[in-house]
Amino acid sequence: MQEEKQSNSLIKQILQTISDNSLVPFLAILTAVVVGGVIIAFVGGNPILAYRGLIEGSFGSTKALSETAVWATPYIFAGLAVALAFKGGLFNIGAEGQLAVGAVASSLIGYALPEWLGYDLPAIIHLPLAVLFGVLMGGLWAAIVGWLKAYTGGHEVINTIMMNYIALNTTSFLLNGVMKDRSPTNVIARTPLIADSARIPPIFDGLRVHWGFILALLVAFGIWWLLNKTTVGFQIRTVGLNPDAAKYAGINVKRIIILTMALSGMLAGLAGTIEVTGLNYRHELGFSIGYGYDAIAIALLGKSHPLGVVLSAFLFAAMRNGATRMQFLTQMPVDLISMIQAFILLFVAADAIVRYIYRIKSKGERVVLTRGWGG
Amino acid sequence: MTEANIVLEAKNITKQFPGVLASDNVNFDLRKGEIHALLGENGAGKSTLMNLIYGLHLPDKGEIFVNGKPIEIKSPNDSIAAGIGMVHQHFMLIPVFTVAENVMLGDEVTKRGSLDRVTVAAKINEISKQYGLDVDPNALVGDLPVGLQQRVEIVKTLYRNAEIVILDEPTAVLTPQEAEDLFRIMRDLTARGVSIIFITHKLKEVLAVADRITVMRAGRVINTVQPSETNEAQLANMMVGRQVILTVEKKDHAASGDILKVEGLSARDQRDLETVHNVSFTVRGGEVLGIAGVQGNGQTELSEALTGLRAPTGGKVTMDGIDLTGKSPRVMTEAGLAHIPEDRQRHGLVLSYSVADNMALCDYYRPPFSSRGVIQQKALDENARKLIDAFDVRTPSPFVNAGKLSGGNQQKVIVARELSRHNVKLVIANQPTRGLDVGSIEYIHSEIIKMRDRGVAVLLISAELDEVMALSDRIAVMYRGQIVAVVDSKKATREQLGLWMAGAHVETTQA
Repeated sequence: MQEEKQSNSLIKQILQTISDNSLVPFLAILTAVVVGGVIIAFVGGNPILAYRGLIEGSFGSTKALSETAVWATPYIFAGLAVALAFKGGLFNIGAEGQLAVGAVASSLIGYALPEWLGYDLPAIIHLPLAVLFGVLMGGLWAAIVGWLKAYTGGHEVINTIMMNYIALNTTSFLLNGVMKDRSPTNVIARTPLIADSARIPPIFDGLRVHWGFILALLVAFGIWWLLNKTTVGFQIRTVGLNPDAAKYAGINVKRIIILTMALSGMLAGLAGTIEVTGLNYRHELGFSIGYGYDAIAIALLGKSHPLGVVLSAFLFAAMRNGATRMQFLTQMPVDLISMIQAFILLFVAADAIVRYIYRIKSKGERVVLTRGWGG
Repeated sequence: MTEANIVLEAKNITKQFPGVLASDNVNFDLRKGEIHALLGENGAGKSTLMNLIYGLHLPDKGEIFVNGKPIEIKSPNDSIAAGIGMVHQHFMLIPVFTVAENVMLGDEVTKRGSLDRVTVAAKINEISKQYGLDVDPNALVGDLPVGLQQRVEIVKTLYRNAEIVILDEPTAVLTPQEAEDLFRIMRDLTARGVSIIFITHKLKEVLAVADRITVMRAGRVINTVQPSETNEAQLANMMVGRQVILTVEKKDHAASGDILKVEGLSARDQRDLETVHNVSFTVRGGEVLGIAGVQGNGQTELSEALTGLRAPTGGKVTMDGIDLTGKSPRVMTEAGLAHIPEDRQRHGLVLSYSVADNMALCDYYRPPFSSRGVIQQKALDENARKLIDAFDVRTPSPFVNAGKLSGGNQQKVIVARELSRHNVKLVIANQPTRGLDVGSIEYIHSEIIKMRDRGVAVLLISAELDEVMALSDRIAVMYRGQIVAVVDSKKATREQLGLWMAGAHVETTQA
């Protein structure tokens, strides 16, 4: 009886935590939708029709659902990358670059490895190899920034931005040069198609949603488990919340900073890798239309919690995916979606606005996203 | 005394903070030319009351009268205009400015667009002479010792024509001799008609200097008494609300062999200045070595260098024969160090972690707390329940965030974690009771003595001389980064220790 009562209150506590944490993001979304509706009306559109189009386009049919999941896949991976870094007290703005590095690495393994070896590989070896290589390179790329932070104090915000330039321009150089698809009809900066043995198959025939989406959900659970149930996660969170106490507790803070960046980069690399192996079957320059930057918004909206990231990734995916239908129905430009997303982020980041509008009192400590320069 | 003599009166002041009634219908008055001490533990509401009078907070209810007239104080500007000045515990001075520049800050006197240092300096000299403050207006504040910096703060209030001066814990940073000087200045000020509110938690000082004493507890005024009709024990009872044992029960105890051996240790601070010079001492098993000294004489860097938080720049540290010089905190913990850090919120706890997680903060990676890299939450919770019981931590449950506990209970979480470790040979406790309530202080003292009686070596670093004298078997005095004296605590006197703390030269005597 006593036990039951306790577990009951524990469930209550967990529900309370969820509602406490999701209240502000939920209201931010609501507010952004209302503001978006006002803007649609202001420019002469019909907000109800526009939002109906958005929902139909993202959830209205099997195909729409499949496409939403396709969009959500890189969002989940990249969102987890940024969220994990936040948990470790680091602001990884470099997901976009790490994603490109991962995509380059896995596409290379995907199309070139059989050529080098001179024979075809079975999928059970080729696919994992392509994915792992992409993950590894994304991780290494980000680990450089972690190392700079740990040993020189160079701030990760600056360094990830700089590394983005290096990664994206190097990618452009490679895709226009040695890695370019040499088929005579091709004028685009892209690699050749990867071998069949390096492709992630779709889940259903005729739909584009592939097993990479399931992997994204599993990885999200895995990251939650890592952060909350393992000693490594304990160390990452401790360094993120209080690096002084972490040092006092005997944690090797420098090592954890590098490890956190590496893990974050691996997740971002995975986002690029899965797009190559599961969707496009090649690396085409510019395939990532800012996944790495949207990931920051997704991580913020999801409060850096893996479940929150999955939900926010779905929201962003649905908005992107439904935008076309919305445009078709109401002639509202797709860019409107970017505006609404920007409003959501604004209301989440400046949560005082939301708290003021809805008269919510602040509870608990503020989430620390990143520490001061050189900190 | 007639009503006319009352210069400041606070009537029925109530202030509610989220979760705390910080000021509960408080009445307080100050007569012209008196020193009125406001006594209470941390969190009793002394600072809140003063912040309300000074205009840093607005009261929910109640009125404030200055010279019999009701005034509305909405910001410090209003209180300054009404003749109220405040010297905060942490000085509000800019070290790279001169005394004159600091004094006129916010109220600058200019002459044809540039600062008129001459006029200000003249006025400071006049104030300084009048009240016997002995402050040089042209000195750089950063070059002045703490006692003089405090006088600059007092000059600042007098320069703004304050007739009521609030001193918030002014003796916390002073040696006993400097405190005596301050008391003399306070009496000079009152002799010239200035009225002083003296906030403190130190009983001896109150009895020595105050004309009246008001004791606060839990946001309420308990009583107002004359020093002549009370004593330390009675004041302590009023402060805490129950009988308090003022002395630490300590039996004689034979010390065993050397546990901690420090030879020629040096360390630098953040600014890369050497703040610990060539320090050597030993701590034996079963004894408490207390390090006395005014704050900022290298104690922080010394304790950090001994606990792995700071790399020493020279010297050697061994524990029970094992060389631990410059080793990481993990290595030290595993060798048998228990560390109660100076800043409990910065180093000792992760405030947004649960009590249970904090109680395993240093041992999370070891069985039974983890197995193959996976945290065993059950073991953490069980450990926490045990320690909460054993160390009397007042918390609703082990799952509450450490940040939600009172300071005393936060410290108990740390003490429980550190002293319960299976292998403790040495305890380094830096300011273990700073800012705590009397009950928690008693408890933590008794735990430290328990460790000593079990044969553990204890290094106690504290700026509270009374604490060092009560707990230590031997006392070392630290001044400007050096150990200037080591004495048997039974032979030590407050006066002698105070002189050493102020830098009086002595032959180092090994006791």
